[in-house]
Amino acid sequence: MSTTFMATGFWPALPEIILALGALALTLVGAYRGERSTVIVGTGAFVVILLALVAVGITPRTRVTTFGGSYISDDFARYMKALVLLAAAATIALSSDFMERQRFARFEYPLLILLSTTGSMMMISANDLIALYLGLELQSLAAYVICAIHRDNVRSSEAGLKYFVLGALSSGMLLYGASLVYGFTGTVSLPAIAASVQGQAPIGLTLGLVFLAAGIAFKLAAAPFHMWTPDVYEGAPTPVTAFLASAQKVAAIALAVRVFIGGFPSVAESWQQIIVFVAILSMLIGSFAAIGQTNIKRLMAYSSIGNIGYALIGLAAGTPEGIQGIIVYMAIYLAMTLGAFAVILGMRRGDTYVEGIDDLSGAAQTHPWRAFALAMMLFSLAGIPPLAGFFAKFYVFAAAIQANLFVLAVIGVVTSVVGAYYYIRIVKIMYFDAPRPAFERLPDGPQAVLIACSVVVVLFWMIPAPLVSSAESAARSLFN
Amino acid sequence: MTALFFYLFSTVTVASAFMVIAARNPVHSVLYLILAFVNAAGLFLLMGAEFLAMILVVVYVGAVAVLFLFVVMMLDVDFAELRQGYLNYLPVGALIGLIFLVELVLVVSTWTVSPTALQLPLAGSPTVEALTNTEAIGRVLYTRYAYFFQASGLILLVAMIGAIVLTLRDRVGVRRQIIAVQVARTPEEAVEMRSVPSGRGLPEEVS
Repeated sequence: MSTTFMATGFWPALPEIILALGALALTLVGAYRGERSTVIVGTGAFVVILLALVAVGITPRTRVTTFGGSYISDDFARYMKALVLLAAAATIALSSDFMERQRFARFEYPLLILLSTTGSMMMISANDLIALYLGLELQSLAAYVICAIHRDNVRSSEAGLKYFVLGALSSGMLLYGASLVYGFTGTVSLPAIAASVQGQAPIGLTLGLVFLAAGIAFKLAAAPFHMWTPDVYEGAPTPVTAFLASAQKVAAIALAVRVFIGGFPSVAESWQQIIVFVAILSMLIGSFAAIGQTNIKRLMAYSSIGNIGYALIGLAAGTPEGIQGIIVYMAIYLAMTLGAFAVILGMRRGDTYVEGIDDLSGAAQTHPWRAFALAMMLFSLAGIPPLAGFFAKFYVFAAAIQANLFVLAVIGVVTSVVGAYYYIRIVKIMYFDAPRPAFERLPDGPQAVLIACSVVVVLFWMIPAPLVSSAESAARSLFN
Repeated sequence: MTALFFYLFSTVTVASAFMVIAARNPVHSVLYLILAFVNAAGLFLLMGAEFLAMILVVVYVGAVAVLFLFVVMMLDVDFAELRQGYLNYLPVGALIGLIFLVELVLVVSTWTVSPTALQLPLAGSPTVEALTNTEAIGRVLYTRYAYFFQASGLILLVAMIGAIVLTLRDRVGVRRQIIAVQVARTPEEAVEMRSVPSGRGLPEEVS
């Protein structure tokens, strides 16, 4: 065990350090200036996130570990961190107007987003089980609080409480699994675990792996650990829901890849069965349970469950192509989800935000551009070419077929057809039903997010190369 | 002798942990929890980790459990009412428990611990003779584990911000003592001189 301690060891973690120090500085600003500082802190948080994004950009592309091997920075980490930071920046842009109108603009909200993002980045760079757990707790604790931040609203408080209780339970399972893994391998470091497990895994290790997988599946909101998702997504304030569905999902799936590919490559059969089961169940529940929904936030919750199922196909394949598929999938999923939530945030009549799918009725006549953008997001989520969502699904299914997971690929295609029904039903409601009273003007933040996401989703097929090739090198960085 | 104490401590720990959830009175539950903590500290002592044992007693028994006790005593929860549906669901719960028990027996009966695995955790830690374990923790906590230390700090910060965000309310109509204002008062504004006519008292609005 090395106890050398040098300042140079900090450099690879520069993005996290920027976020953490930025959060501390903005806490002080907020504490001294009180509630008047909401706008300053919000803008400051946005700037800090952009700075961290620059820091991610300038970190070297080589594989570096630091802090005694607890922290790893490689191409995969850089790619996923960039996605998480973009999602966090978009969340802050989406939040500004909503928070003021709902009368709970508080300076702590952007701070908690910053801290949760710090936790997400620590999860992505975790190279041992302790770092993994600490990152996960930091991310989750902040998320529980921002779910309940609209504390005078019963549904928001309920969402926060539900998320907290179930999240604590899943943390317990994850810790129990981690302790079993530690007990049977004698180490918490993922590369050392990979090295010490050869051939047949001992039963205790498999048991630990199952508990770890259960804890991670909860964070992913993958079936059968998805029960909390619809209630929390519906009850939490809409920008928070967007944050949970975007940044948090990317971090959780990066964590799953880190643990399974980085820590247990030699016992792939043991965890592949779990992942295949979870993926199939998530795809089925995501597509069938969404059909009867009338609230668009609940529908997005089921949609996110289904999408995680598709992304997990890539992990089940366990190949570099599969991981590349996951990375591309998450990047495109981020654009589709944030775009859809930008439209949902624009569903406001007077001072009330409406969430029913019926409220979109005839929106094509009252708001042609917004309806068109949402229709593109939904067609993309359904996987219609040439929109981005088609390519996302294409890469994971191709990886599954290369890995001889034909059943998984077939179930994936069938469930995306079922999913297409409820996505396209919304398009039908928008374009062919009688119009309802118009919504208010879309605020600037959501509008900017919507335009950016629409450009990505609609024009991805013209220049897919940068995203796909960098995803490929990111995936390769895990398999050296 | 060590084995005897190990079994004593671990039996009491498991039994009191069971009683935490089985006790009817929530105050008794917390007391059993304290018993479980103290016995876990005993287990740490047997392993030679006296620093952790003392920290466990000081932090968990001294602070956390006492806080629990306060909260439980202050909350007026009717636990008898909460248990109303208990008997109705007992058969289903018993069935699921039975299935889990069978699975556990099946798993445990095939359980083998590889001899090399037992040696691994001990390889990295220095011997008790070389340095005390307080010193050993001190040597790595701020160097090897600086990252974890800072991360834990951030988690505690989130807990603090969260508690404030969710519970602190500015109440209106509260008369607070502002010492600066009291001190800044001058005799001119604090004391009013009136000449009171004898035998008639003060007019209404002053009293």
